[in-house]
Amino acid sequence: MRSHRFYTPWLLMLPALIWLALFSVWPAINTITLSFTNVHQLTGGHFIGFKNYWLLWHDPHIRDAIVNTVIFMVVCVPLLTMLPLLLALLVQRQIPGIAFFRTAFYFPVIASAVTVALIWKWLLDDRGLVNNLAQSMGFIHKTIPFLTDRWLLLLSAVALTVWKGLGYYMVLYMSALGSVRRDLHEAAAVDGAGSVRRFWSVTVPGVRGTMVLIAVLIAVNAMRVFTELYILGGRTGGVGGQDVSIVMLVQQAASGGDGRLGYASAISVFLFFLTAIPLLFLTRLNKNAQEES
Amino acid sequence: MSATTADESSELRQPRGQDKPGRGQAVRHPGRKGRSPIFDAPTRTGLVFRYLTLTVVLVVSIGPMLWELSTALKSKTEDVFTQNIQLLPKHPTLDNFGQVQRTIPVWHFAFNSLTVAFINVAGNIIGATLAGYVLARLRFKGRKLLLGVFVSTLILPAEVTVISKLQFVNNLGLGDTLLGVCLPDMIAMINVLLMRNAFLALPKEVEEAAIIDGANAVQRLLYVGLPAVKGVLSVISIFAFIGAWDDFLWPLLVLQTPDKLTLTVGLSYLDGQWSHDPRVIAAGTMIALIPILALFLGLQRYFFRGVAEGAIKG
Repeated sequence: MRSHRFYTPWLLMLPALIWLALFSVWPAINTITLSFTNVHQLTGGHFIGFKNYWLLWHDPHIRDAIVNTVIFMVVCVPLLTMLPLLLALLVQRQIPGIAFFRTAFYFPVIASAVTVALIWKWLLDDRGLVNNLAQSMGFIHKTIPFLTDRWLLLLSAVALTVWKGLGYYMVLYMSALGSVRRDLHEAAAVDGAGSVRRFWSVTVPGVRGTMVLIAVLIAVNAMRVFTELYILGGRTGGVGGQDVSIVMLVQQAASGGDGRLGYASAISVFLFFLTAIPLLFLTRLNKNAQEES
Repeated sequence: MSATTADESSELRQPRGQDKPGRGQAVRHPGRKGRSPIFDAPTRTGLVFRYLTLTVVLVVSIGPMLWELSTALKSKTEDVFTQNIQLLPKHPTLDNFGQVQRTIPVWHFAFNSLTVAFINVAGNIIGATLAGYVLARLRFKGRKLLLGVFVSTLILPAEVTVISKLQFVNNLGLGDTLLGVCLPDMIAMINVLLMRNAFLALPKEVEEAAIIDGANAVQRLLYVGLPAVKGVLSVISIFAFIGAWDDFLWPLLVLQTPDKLTLTVGLSYLDGQWSHDPRVIAAGTMIALIPILALFLGLQRYFFRGVAEGAIKG
């Protein structure tokens, strides 16, 4: 019995195929093509070879962006890999009211990056809550310039990213913790292992797969950061314009009537190769794991 | 880009299956689920410690939002910059919301965001259901290859192709329009794959029976397939809605005319450009925050399920 005519699958898939072609495959190819041209927002352009990449190599802003990205990764990867696991352990046990806590911990994830960045901007303002609290308790005597100092602004954006990500990775860990063997925990406890010891030798190995996946996700997301720095730094990357991310450079290059789409595309291609590194690392790790077993 | 694979797709279906069988981990023992004296007798100090830690984390995670709410409700006469910190406003007022409305067409922005969100939800429901069903249930030449293409698009971060998409939307004459904002995410590839996984779970026999009864592919999709995937369909709808409501970079690039902005873009201009009063900015922020948190509270079981099933936005 025939289940369908030969053209039925293609007909039903047509909308998705159009979107696949026009908004995934074509933009990917076109980004590479554009990166070799001097196309602007309003005017066409022509092939200029590797000039955009040469400009990129000599662009002082890209160095700032790379430094910032590295700092983002170095802080975010360990913190967001470990803290959400501890948090997941904390909310895992069914105790009265735990559903309320889980829900509340997820609030920052649901809120848009723009809203939470505006909320943090007010908190970290020279005359905002954090400075006032620290002063009234006598910790500091001068205001801390969270939003105007080049490094403090960067660290504020990193802290915001960690804060916003906690709940998300907590939920990822919660489902992974369900598969950690309970009897191993009990056996370890009987053998006299304390809770810290059990955490490192039972829980962590039990969620290792999820942990690697989460670390890779965080690394990729650290490279894609935009909104947090854009809002906290007042659209321009802070006072000196040094608190920029790679995506911010893409946005800056493309904005306005004279938006340099060609140059912005070259930065995009660079960003793609950067995000591919953690993903390749993951594939490699998975392969090794498969060969082992 | 590597072409694809059953592994990758099964990973999507089962993100929790990190425990590779054969690596000796994670086999659940049905008999061991019960409570054991070592772990489950909560000591009083243990419990107090647990609640204390929970409370600290609670303050950290929702404290900033409460402070913003408090600022939004404070009247002009109340000093918000003082070191004498007051969480509760002395004379709570909604004046600041009126001030937002006088500064920017905030309800219009909210309506724009809603429009974009609903179009994206509709597009994803239709496009992802149709394609997901075909990829899961119909046999045809090139299916494996096509699935590989769908999967491989996932490694491409949206930010990388944003410029090319901008040029394309501008060339279509849709620059600076809401339709231009909607277009790229109207059918997200991740949703096609999530729907495919949902349809895969359907037992073959049911569908075979429908074929014998003479049902064509569309009838089978509508009457046999759809009722079984309602859960996942809700998940992708909610994620499409949130994704559109929260999106910032793309609408920022596409939109220029002030009255066409979405809420996130409008708020980013409110801050510093059109207002310097933290109370007003706080009120604007609350207008974006409260509806989405309410939606989350109403539908939260779908959220947690969505995250667990790999509906990762991005």
